[in-house]
Amino acid sequence: MSTVHLAFSPDPAYVRTVRLVAAAAARRAGVIDELLDEVRLAVGEACTRAVALHRRHALSEPIDISMSDGGKFTVRVVDRGPAASAMNEPGETTGAIMAQVRAETGRVPVDEDAIMAGVGLALLMGLVQDLEVTNATDGRGTEVRMSWPISRRAPR
Amino acid sequence: MELSLATRSVSDHTVLEIGGEIDVYTAPSLRERLIELVAGGAKHVVVDLGRVEFLDSTGLGVLVGAHRRLRAGEGSLCIVCPHERLLKIFRITGLDSVFEIHRSVDEATAGGSAHTARTGA
Repeated sequence: MSTVHLAFSPDPAYVRTVRLVAAAAARRAGVIDELLDEVRLAVGEACTRAVALHRRHALSEPIDISMSDGGKFTVRVVDRGPAASAMNEPGETTGAIMAQVRAETGRVPVDEDAIMAGVGLALLMGLVQDLEVTNATDGRGTEVRMSWPISRRAPR
Repeated sequence: MELSLATRSVSDHTVLEIGGEIDVYTAPSLRERLIELVAGGAKHVVVDLGRVEFLDSTGLGVLVGAHRRLRAGEGSLCIVCPHERLLKIFRITGLDSVFEIHRSVDEATAGGSAHTARTGA
């Protein structure tokens, strides 16, 4: 099993860098071409979420990413924001936010950050079949884990 | 800069043609341009995503914000999106029922702005 590790300062400019690395690592691991857009988008969303969390809580620490290819291609994005208690009912939060966006567009002011957070979550959940959000193993922050299948005919 | 923005008028619509990638880094520029357009009097905005290679939730958030602001001023915002890979994003997030989405600028601007003045989705 091989791994790619990277850490980046919570700066929006780097999210694209991580997307590109993830797509390259996924291709290298044997994820089929048709899924690479999904990898790029999902990893981008997870990183965007992490950057927003670090900035909201004035954390200058880097965000950690690891990508591994044992059996399936897995990307872990670890932030140092608050614990995952806010994510306990992600489906519910997303649904409520989406319903609000749909029903009240143009009439009642809705916090744009909340819209974006809800949309980001909805996108992540809709894109990645194998997704898990948990508290980080060392207790500080959360880990978003996403996996994609690897084609057996992948070149090594 | 990974984002290009160009505006032109087609009948009483303002068409904003976007190229490149819309993500957390480039979305603020898009938001700024949309705010400028509305402040400058644009009422019926067509956002052309035909040359957009990447769109994420931050981009969607900017579009939702602009849509709300225009609707609040009795204007409109519609999307031109011919590519399935981007349409999928609107679909997954349910935003395909919030925005009017067309396959071309011609389709979006046909019939003038009267057709866009419909009640919400």
